Amino acid sequence: MNSIIKVKNVFKSYWRNSIEIPVLNDLSLEVEEGEFLALMGPSGSGKTTLLNLIAGIDRPTKGEIIVADTDISKLNESSLAKWRADHVGFVFQFYNLIPVLTAYENVELPLLLTKLSKAERKKHVETALSIVGLADRLNHYPKQLSGGQEQRVAIARAIVTDPTILVADEPTGDLDKKSASEILTLMDRLNKEFKKTIVMVTHDPHAAEKASRKLHLEKGELVGV
Amino acid sequence: MKILKLIFKNAFRHKLRTLLTILGITIAIIAFGLLRTVVTIWDSSVDATMANRLITRQAISFIFPLPVSYQEKIKSIDGVSNVTFATWFQGVYKDKNNFFARIAVDVETFFDVYPEFLIDAQQLENFKKQRNSCVIGADIAEQYKLKIGDPMTLEGDIYPGRWDFVIAGIYKGKNKNTDETQMIFHWNYINERMKVESPIRANEVGWYIVQIKDPNKSAIISEQIDALFRNSSAETKTETEKAFAQNFVASSGAIISAMNVMSFAIIGIIMLVVANTMIMSARERTREYAILKTLGFSAKHLFVLILGESLLISFIGGSIGISLIFPIVQGFEQAMPKGIFPFFFVEPITIFWAIVSIIFVGFISAVFPIQKALSTRIVDGFRFVG
Repeated sequence: MNSIIKVKNVFKSYWRNSIEIPVLNDLSLEVEEGEFLALMGPSGSGKTTLLNLIAGIDRPTKGEIIVADTDISKLNESSLAKWRADHVGFVFQFYNLIPVLTAYENVELPLLLTKLSKAERKKHVETALSIVGLADRLNHYPKQLSGGQEQRVAIARAIVTDPTILVADEPTGDLDKKSASEILTLMDRLNKEFKKTIVMVTHDPHAAEKASRKLHLEKGELVGV
Repeated sequence: MKILKLIFKNAFRHKLRTLLTILGITIAIIAFGLLRTVVTIWDSSVDATMANRLITRQAISFIFPLPVSYQEKIKSIDGVSNVTFATWFQGVYKDKNNFFARIAVDVETFFDVYPEFLIDAQQLENFKKQRNSCVIGADIAEQYKLKIGDPMTLEGDIYPGRWDFVIAGIYKGKNKNTDETQMIFHWNYINERMKVESPIRANEVGWYIVQIKDPNKSAIISEQIDALFRNSSAETKTETEKAFAQNFVASSGAIISAMNVMSFAIIGIIMLVVANTMIMSARERTREYAILKTLGFSAKHLFVLILGESLLISFIGGSIGISLIFPIVQGFEQAMPKGIFPFFFVEPITIFWAIVSIIFVGFISAVFPIQKALSTRIVDGFRFVG
């Protein structure tokens, strides 16, 4: 199997009031193509920071992050934005849908950055929404959907461009048990049926059970690897 | 869905706030248009002058008269094609608030020197024949519902007594900025009565209007005219009609300058209002901008989104404002007594400045939100709690 994500000797620290706060400390990690990885750990352990670095929405202080053969730590802002559009699908804890757009329009958003025609975009959006079971909610606004449905729209938005990797930050953190279970089943299906590489941050051991591998972070270091 | 649709949806996310902002822009543009119209109309009286006309007046002050005998002497100067004269009569027509220019002129030459005053040949002939007749501008005829043959009586002040006239003609302006609010009558009619009632004031005129063949020789001819009457009891000062009008306008310069400054201050104020709306909107959407960046939207996309929203709001408010300037200026003109402004219309330059102001407001209002959106890191955007 090929490693689609390679994190090499990564350090990450933040500055608050002239004080350096180390978050990740010489962290190395590889994720195989088609793997479903769960990152677990207490609050402040650096798991979301690691996810952000892998997804290219933050930059390491030191070290290399290679995703799909691209060292994303060396890309400039505009190249990194294009790389994210081409390679990464995001699922957030609080769904992060645009409230003035319908489910259809929210899912269509990433496709506006592609050269697809309107008809092609329509086909992709409808496919993504039917995968998440919301083909009948195309014209609903986020406020007209339940939390679980919003998260499914967010997942449809994440997969509509057929990204190389799917990253999810506490995707069930804001959901009731039933909805959380539906989302995890959906993610499991995306991994097994659609062969999506997934990196998921979660506090929930039940959620982590769906992953093919679990890693624990504590104080910016992987433990029990 | 296109970016434009998202811009439109964003602009009307808070409908009341956006509508109030649009209303503010509309009112500001109308106020700007009205003030600019007054300023440009005031200035355009200078533009309405002719390059081949000189004004000769008393050297000490415009209010002192000149002898009527100067007409022939001025006419004898080489390069002068025609000379006419006029006298400010003033007086009151029905009510002292009915303000318009009442001028006694040399009827034989006046309309030759002012070809922009268009009058029917027969009406002009009748005017010349009847000593107590007058010609009025079309605006005056319209406002006071006067027609040819109607009597017009003035109560004199500079020239005391009751003065009865009959309307012999109605002139129209050749150009949009030609004054159509004048009442013109025979200087001889006034002079004859002065000879009887106040002989010391007889044979005097207010100023001369000198038509010259070559506008490039205006300085030389002006000098020659003034030299002709140097060391006389009534020395003259001759200048181009444009310079004369500029001096006249300059006497109200402070008020006009204040209006000018105010018109642009209004734009400054509305810019702050729109900027405030945009800053609030952008601040509320900090998290959404982070989402868009995460999805791969670049700085260019965010720039277009925010600037587009700012320009859209400015354009809607501005367009409504510009479309309302015309009827409001028209209403303003109808409400004002004729004669205060000889003509009152929206100049193209006013609309040009209104459009420039709208674009300027749209751009400047977006600067800070764009800078903020682009400089906020994605991870900080997600942490933002508005």
